[in-house]
Amino acid sequence: MTEIEPGYLDAPVIDFEAVGMTYPGPPPVIALRTTNLTINRGDFVTVIGPSGSGKSTFLNVVGLLDRPTTGRYRLDGIDVSGLREADRTALRGRRIGFVFQAFHLLPHRSAADNVTLAQIYNGAPRKSRREASYAALAQVGLAHRADAVPTHLSGGERQRVAVARALVNRPSLLLCDEPTGNLDSATAASVLALIEDLHASGLTIVVITHDPAVAARGSRTVAIRDGVLTEHA
Amino acid sequence: MLDRSALPLRDLLTESLASLLQRPGRSALTMLGTVLGIGAFVAILGLTATAGGQIDKRFSVLSATEVTVQDVGTAQNAQNTQNGAGVTDPISFPPDADRRIEALNGVVSAGIYWPLPLHQPTVTAVPDLASSDSAGGSGLTLYAASPGALAAIGPVYRQGLGFNAFHAARKEHVAVLGSAAAARLGITRLDAEPAVFIDGTPYTVVGIISDLRRLPELLLSVIVPDTTALSAYGEPTDQRANMLIETRLGAAQLIAHQAALALRPDEPNLFKISAPPDPTTLRDGVTGDFNALFLLLAGITLIIGAVGIANTTLVAVLERTGEIGLRRALGARPRHIAAQFLTESAALGTLGGLIGTSLGTAVVVGTALARQWTAVLEPWTVLPAPLIGTMVGLLAGLYPALRAAYIEPAEALRR
Repeated sequence: MTEIEPGYLDAPVIDFEAVGMTYPGPPPVIALRTTNLTINRGDFVTVIGPSGSGKSTFLNVVGLLDRPTTGRYRLDGIDVSGLREADRTALRGRRIGFVFQAFHLLPHRSAADNVTLAQIYNGAPRKSRREASYAALAQVGLAHRADAVPTHLSGGERQRVAVARALVNRPSLLLCDEPTGNLDSATAASVLALIEDLHASGLTIVVITHDPAVAARGSRTVAIRDGVLTEHA
Repeated sequence: MLDRSALPLRDLLTESLASLLQRPGRSALTMLGTVLGIGAFVAILGLTATAGGQIDKRFSVLSATEVTVQDVGTAQNAQNTQNGAGVTDPISFPPDADRRIEALNGVVSAGIYWPLPLHQPTVTAVPDLASSDSAGGSGLTLYAASPGALAAIGPVYRQGLGFNAFHAARKEHVAVLGSAAAARLGITRLDAEPAVFIDGTPYTVVGIISDLRRLPELLLSVIVPDTTALSAYGEPTDQRANMLIETRLGAAQLIAHQAALALRPDEPNLFKISAPPDPTTLRDGVTGDFNALFLLLAGITLIIGAVGIANTTLVAVLERTGEIGLRRALGARPRHIAAQFLTESAALGTLGGLIGTSLGTAVVVGTALARQWTAVLEPWTVLPAPLIGTMVGLLAGLYPALRAAYIEPAEALRR
């Protein structure tokens, strides 16, 4: 599947070099001021900011859903700024696992099917998909719910399925956007505990949130306000 | 460095079908327009073909094997006749007309006939002219016919037989009577070799026809050999001669093409040929009339069906914006999104086409059964029908699929 180029594991997962994002006007809106940021392999970084601060722009740029207007962004050492859209899409599908606030599960498909969905576009052999899905579900503690449809799952279970879907391709980065935003505090805590476990097992994780309690769980916290990124001590 | 994202065909089909089956009720309703449109197409074409088949059946073997050749003469002749100039062309048929036509492959029998050019003839069964009125001979028609023509009318003889080439060659004074004519003349048996007298000239009755298949007016006639008539009364004047040809089944069209040239290679346009209408032409004529209107209606239904699919697919695209964003985040390219929605609409169209074809076929077969007709379904209408459904689905899905493909994943995921 993924070819591992030399120095792949040494390179930072995310390396922003004067990356900035300005939406063309009129009037032009600076969503992300020129910034340098490095997130190394195994980091657990939380990005905190109020709504309208540029969190979404940051998520879109990191997640290869949008191109920065200036600067150079290296993901796993690959300069993605100049890549063609098809290559960025392939990279996104394989190296980044997304977890969304709204879960984005297909409502009528089983948990296992939802996890398998992450494998159909990146050439995973059909035979091994099922197994990989069950393994990912087991990793989030949902092996026994593999055949349940999302409507029969609790909110916490749904987000665990989403995490399993993000994990199934063994990504370089788990990118979570308000992962606990739709959950009550008890289930939120269990999902955060799961994320911490994954971090402990060596996964690089970025969690974007507006909740200081969630942000505090990260080994590193970056604040974003009016498009300016600042590292918390 | 990386293989680009791909969507294997099997996964494309699985994903599309899974999406359709998620909302079976909506999928069924979406198909309805296509079902009705395609069903109407198949039913209309099938019913017209079936009805056309019934019309074909009305072609009796009799009329399909009959060719008549009219001697119209030259254009000058037609003018003279109109002016009452009294100058007419000689008979256009050559003396060996029967033989010439009977030599053609596909001809069973052929011969010429014409009404005798006599005005107010007296026809009696007894030589005494004075008693002619009581004999009831008035109202009878007199015909000259070659032996071939006599055979071609398909006579059934109650008594005796028709005259033949021998009689004709010797210009014998013989006659064949239609049953009605025989009754009028009071002739019932031929044992005594009765004769009829035409203006006093005796003709020996050799046969009485009880029934015939063509030219039923001859039942009221006295028929004499053509050669006898020519020598006794001259050429036909008021009404020119006709030729009756009985062909083998299926040969009528061919003979119709050949007859004039076989008769008079020098002047084939002296004749007007009447052949039975070509069954296929007639069927096309009959079916063409009511086909056009109904096919138009079916076409409109199909367009409505297409609009239905387009509309539902478009709504589905808007509803599933989040799913589209998710798939894009999972590595799907715009073309994969478009392919999925196109496949979904094409599948709906195909399924609608299949169901429609089945219903249309059922309607045709049911109607045929109810009317005790033979159901006729042309393969070219039934086989491509589901494919037309596919085309409708593809066309209808085009715009929604493009819309879906151009949805920005970042935007879509925010929902």
